[in-house]
Amino acid sequence: MTVAKNITNKTLIDLHSCMVRIRRFEEEAGKLMEDGKIPGALHLYVGQEAVAAGVMAHLSNKDQITSTHRGHGHVIAKGGQFAPMFAELYGKSTGYCKGKGGSMHISNMALGILGANGIVGGGPPIAMGAAFSNKFRKTKQVAVTFFGDGASNEGSFHEAANMAALYQLPCVFVCENNGFGEYTRQTNHQAVTDVADRAAGYGMPGVVVDGMDVMAVYEAAEAAIKRARAGDGPTLLECKTYRYYDHVGVRGMGLTYRTDEEVDAWKQRDAINSFETLLVKQGVLTAKKIENVYARANDEIKEGVAFAESSPFPTAEDLLEDVYFVGAGS
Amino acid sequence: MSEALKDGPRMLPYVSAITEGVRQVLEEQDNAFVAGEDVGQAGSVFGYYQGLLAEFGDRRIVDTPISEKGIIGLGVGAAATGCRPIIDIMFMDFLGECMDEVANQMAKMRFMFGGGATLPVTVLTMAGAGMNLAAQHSQSWEAFLAHLPGVKVLMPSNAYDAKGMIIAAARDDNPVFVVMNKMSLAMQAEVPAEMYEVPIGKAAVVREGSAFSIFAMGRMVHEALAAAKTLESLGVDCEVVDVRSIQPFDSETAVASIKKTHRALVVHEAVRFGGFGGEIVAQLQEEAFDYLDAPIARVGAPFSPVPYSPALEQLYIPNAERIVAEVKKVLGI
Repeated sequence: MTVAKNITNKTLIDLHSCMVRIRRFEEEAGKLMEDGKIPGALHLYVGQEAVAAGVMAHLSNKDQITSTHRGHGHVIAKGGQFAPMFAELYGKSTGYCKGKGGSMHISNMALGILGANGIVGGGPPIAMGAAFSNKFRKTKQVAVTFFGDGASNEGSFHEAANMAALYQLPCVFVCENNGFGEYTRQTNHQAVTDVADRAAGYGMPGVVVDGMDVMAVYEAAEAAIKRARAGDGPTLLECKTYRYYDHVGVRGMGLTYRTDEEVDAWKQRDAINSFETLLVKQGVLTAKKIENVYARANDEIKEGVAFAESSPFPTAEDLLEDVYFVGAGS
Repeated sequence: MSEALKDGPRMLPYVSAITEGVRQVLEEQDNAFVAGEDVGQAGSVFGYYQGLLAEFGDRRIVDTPISEKGIIGLGVGAAATGCRPIIDIMFMDFLGECMDEVANQMAKMRFMFGGGATLPVTVLTMAGAGMNLAAQHSQSWEAFLAHLPGVKVLMPSNAYDAKGMIIAAARDDNPVFVVMNKMSLAMQAEVPAEMYEVPIGKAAVVREGSAFSIFAMGRMVHEALAAAKTLESLGVDCEVVDVRSIQPFDSETAVASIKKTHRALVVHEAVRFGGFGGEIVAQLQEEAFDYLDAPIARVGAPFSPVPYSPALEQLYIPNAERIVAEVKKVLGI
């Protein structure tokens, strides 16, 4: 791993802090789910932090993203705060979606988050639509859609990619290839090794990067997002990564679809550890400063969980609210 | 043109009323655009976007690939970010290609986001049998849509409603489907030149009567009116209610009609089993049971895919004769 060109120390520190915040949030969310405090199903992002951090570093609140069922990392990297996130996971009325969406639908329009999505492949057509809107309204906004290797087999991805290229939309397709579509290994669900190979079929560039290397993701995302913002059309950016936890939860259902050795081998290449080593070596961070980053994230968690736990649940009056827009224009 | 003609009612066919409604929306709303298959260069396979590409350019009349998931996704993403898209799904049957984008994304986004997203998107789509287009280009799937919390569903039975419903849908800040009928395209009605709305959620009593209520949807309104004429000659004074909006459904007008007539029949072109008529019947027995003097009859298509052969298709589509027969059965005449 080498430091990206023309990058400031502040950006390096922000990238590190972003990854740590995601890691710690997810570790804690996983525990809370296993303790039965968070209902439903959580798909956790641990292991993939470099992708969300490296891509989102180039986006403002005005830019849009669509996320996936494994969406907490994207939300945090896009500016999501822990308190309304935890509150949403708890199903509380103070959550980002008033407790109506939960983990798989966490969203915030002010932050440009057009939703996590419970449907694999649900995001790309919506992001393409947002990108169409950006071009139509002549803004300089970019829409980024995150999806997995599994979703790359959905027709929705194909249609969105074709249309984004056809209309030269400011759209970036970020494939987080974590090697599995749910519990099915990539070699058992598609014949290609690199999803980015498919880009040629749509008439857009396809780029493969090491998704465990935040600097590589940062640089590749910068090029793709610049290209989109300049009006030169979409890019398919594939980040090879790995999820340490199960498809759902931490240990999940204990299915034997991969070995502990395989997981450990990926952990040896952990994005956060290797970045910390690099930043210490470069003199950007010290062990003490790194400790502080974790301490701040832990404080944020404590406050966020306390906020969620003390928040009220939505009530019967809220049940039928927000099904439709009501008011002038309804 | 003679003076008399100039002063006469302004008659337009359904197809031109659609064009006029869309044109006026595009003139009124700078952030509105049309996207769909063959909407631009071809002006739609039904002809209702003819001339709009020349008038508004390809920024606002957007030909898309044959990609319904992409088309609906385009509408959802654009609506959530400041546009007011008018999305065209050429044949309603093609909703099968984008049911996720309709049912899981468009319909639910606002609710899932706790009210965070607003989706002012209109979907125009063509339903109905009668052109020998067989099982995949002739269906009436409105009940599917009405079953989805988060979308509104309108069914214009005539040219006036087609224009007014398109305008109402485009001005609404929710996803609204306007389910049009392909056999009605040449049907003329008086259509004012100015912009007007047909209110969403309001049924229309299109024929007043005292002895029997017929609740009809889409093109079946005309069959119901023809049936009412026949029944009049038999001494049965029928009221015909054009349901117009099936989501939301105007139960108030329906109940008021039942209170007057005490007997009713519902008719739609869709398959009878599980059709929207069943919902109307259920609501009426809940809200007006004491006013009913007979079970409510239902007329719809039989439980089969739409057949191709003209001989079979004519047997398949509900018509005035079947409505008359069912009404007579209820009355025992």
